[in-house]
Amino acid sequence: MNKKIIWFLWIVISLGLLGYFSYGLVLSQDKSDFLIGHTTYGHYQIEMECSACHTDAFGGEEILQDACVSCHQEELNEAHDSHPKKKFTDPREAYRLEIIDARYCVSCHSEHKKEQTLEMGVSLPKDYCYHCHQDVLENRESHKELPFDSCANAGCHNYHDNRALYESFLVKHANEPWLLDDASIPMANQAKSTKLSESAKSITSLDNHWANQNPDIEHEFLASAHGKAGMQCSACHQQNEQEWVEKPGTQECKTCHVSEYDGFTKGKHGMALLPEGSMDEKLISPESASDQYDFKNESLERQHGCTACHGAHSFDTQVAQVSACLTCHNDEHSLAFTSSPHGKLWQNSTKGLVSKDEAVTCATCHMPRTFHTKTGMEVELSKLKRNKNSQESSQGYSEKNNIVTVKVEHNQNDNLRPNEKMIRSVCMNCHGLEFSIDALADESLIKNNFHGQPAHHVESVDWAVQRQ
Amino acid sequence: MKKTMLSAALAITASTALLSGCGEDDGSTVSAKLYTDSLYAVMKADRTNYTKYVVKRLGPNGAGVVKPDEHWQDIPNGTLLPAQMFRAGAEAVAEMTDEFTYSLQSLWPINSQNAPKSPMEKAGLEFINANPGENFYGEETLGDTTYFTAVYPDVAVVDSCSKCHNEHKDTPRTDFKVGDVMGGVVIRVPI
Repeated sequence: MNKKIIWFLWIVISLGLLGYFSYGLVLSQDKSDFLIGHTTYGHYQIEMECSACHTDAFGGEEILQDACVSCHQEELNEAHDSHPKKKFTDPREAYRLEIIDARYCVSCHSEHKKEQTLEMGVSLPKDYCYHCHQDVLENRESHKELPFDSCANAGCHNYHDNRALYESFLVKHANEPWLLDDASIPMANQAKSTKLSESAKSITSLDNHWANQNPDIEHEFLASAHGKAGMQCSACHQQNEQEWVEKPGTQECKTCHVSEYDGFTKGKHGMALLPEGSMDEKLISPESASDQYDFKNESLERQHGCTACHGAHSFDTQVAQVSACLTCHNDEHSLAFTSSPHGKLWQNSTKGLVSKDEAVTCATCHMPRTFHTKTGMEVELSKLKRNKNSQESSQGYSEKNNIVTVKVEHNQNDNLRPNEKMIRSVCMNCHGLEFSIDALADESLIKNNFHGQPAHHVESVDWAVQRQ
Repeated sequence: MKKTMLSAALAITASTALLSGCGEDDGSTVSAKLYTDSLYAVMKADRTNYTKYVVKRLGPNGAGVVKPDEHWQDIPNGTLLPAQMFRAGAEAVAEMTDEFTYSLQSLWPINSQNAPKSPMEKAGLEFINANPGENFYGEETLGDTTYFTAVYPDVAVVDSCSKCHNEHKDTPRTDFKVGDVMGGVVIRVPI
C-alpha cells in the first residue's frame, strides 16, 4: 500500500517538474529559472535573451564563438587585435593551448560566473600573460622588477587593443607638450547633411489639427533644426498614412539617422534593442543599473531612447552633450564635471567666451567625433594634426585631408574600457601622449574629473625611448 | 553447347565489369617530401618577388613611395615587411584549409615568439644552418596529431634583408650578410 503511494507521488512530482521546466524552455518568455549565474555586467541587458548567444542547443564552443564574433569581431578588427584567433591555429602553439585555449573568447571571458569575473569580463586571474610571455619579464631590463601580474596595468599593455600603447607609437609621440597649440575638435555636422525626404515635408490633414492644439510645442519644433528644414509633425507622428502616434519611438528616428541608431544600440544605453524585433519598451531605465552606478533618484524610472537625451521637439544637441547626461548620472565623476577645467571650457563656450571647437563636454570624451572623407573613409584627426606643418590652420588641414563629415559615435561604451581606447580618438586631439596616459592611469584624477595634474608618471614612454 | 556458351558469356561479362571498376587508381600519389618541396617553391617565389619588386624597388631604398614597417597599418603608405607578408599568407591559408601549415622561424628571431618551439624545429633550424643548401625532413607529434615536418633554409636574397635585421633594436645577431641563412620556413603536414 505504502509503495503504491510512493510510486504515485514520484510520478506526479516528476511529471510536475517536467511540465514546469518544459513550459519554461519552450513556451514562456521568462527564462529566469534557467539562469545558472548572472552574466558579466556588459551583457546584463540581454541576460534573459538566451538565444542571443546560445543560438543552438548543441554545438558547444563553436556556436558560442560565433555569437561572440557576430557582435564583437568588428571592433576587434578596428583595434588591430594583438591576439587574434589566427595567431593560435598553428600546431606549434598546441602545447600552449592546453593551458589557455586562446582561440576561443570564452576561455578568458567565461560567462555566468560573475563572482569570479574581473574587469572587462575577464574570468582569469591577472597573470594570464606570464604563461606565454615570461621571457620578456625575465630578460628585459626595464621589466625585471615588475610583478608578474602587472602586464595589463594602466598605460602598459592590453590583450586586444594596443593602438595607443605599442612601442613605436610611444617613441613617435614622446616629448609632446601636455596641451597642444591647436587643442580643438571640429563640431559634428552629420545631421546637417542628412537629406529630408519629400514625404517628411508633406503636410497631412492631421498636421494642422495637432499644431493648432499645441502651440507651445509647435513653437519649440519650428525653432529646431528639423523645423527649420521644413519637416512636418507627421514625419514622425504619422508614418505612411497610419494612425497618429503620440510618442514616436526610436524606429522613427532610425528612418533617417541610421548610423546614430546603430551606434546607440551597440552601447549600454540602447543594447536592449539589439535582439531583432525588440521594441522600445525594453529600453533600460537607470533603476536596472542602479546596483552598479549612481543615478539621481528623481530619474530612476526615466526610460532611455533618442528623446531621453535629445528632447522630444527641440532636439537640442547642446543639451544632449551635458545636461542630458547629468539628468540621470549622479556619480562622483559626473558631478565634478561642471567645475572641472573641461567643464569650465564648456561653460565659457555657452557664454560665447570660447569657441565651441574648444569646449569639452561629456560627449566629447564619451561619444567622440569621427571624421570622414567624401568617399566615406574614416581618418584620424589626432594623427593628421601631428602631420600638418605649423603654418597650416585647423581649417586648412581639414580641407586638405578632405574631411567632409564629422559624425558622433553614439556607442558610449566604444572607448570606455580599457580607457586607453580614448587616447587616440579623444585625448590626443588636445593633449600629448604621455600626459594622456598619465591622466587616464590616475584613478582619483578620473573620479574628480581631471581637477589638477596626474599624480604619478607612467614610465612606458620612457622605457620605449631608452630602448631606441 | 548452349549452356557452355552462356556460362562463358556470363564469365566474360562479369570479369570485364570487375576489372573495369578497378582501373580508377592511376597510381599517382605524391610523397610528403614532394608536397612540401612544391609548397615551399611557391612561398619562396612569392616572397622573393615581393621583397625585390615592392620592398626594395618602391621602399625607402628605392623609389620611396611605400614604407615597409612593422606597424604598416598605422602609417601613411605603409606596407607589410616581407616576414609579415609571409605570415599573412600563412594565416590566410589557415583560414582556408588545415591540410598543411607553415611558419617562418629563426634561431636569431627579432620577436622571441618566432624562436623554435618544438625539439624538431630546433633540430631542423640547426641542421639547415650547419648544412647550407640542404633541407631538413622529419616527423613529430604535437598535441594529438603526428606531422611530417620540413624545414627549408630562409636566405637573405637582397641587402635590405640583412641590413634591416642587423640594425633592428631587438635583433640577437648583427652580422648577417646577403646569402646567409637567416632562418627557416617550417612546413607541417598532418599524416
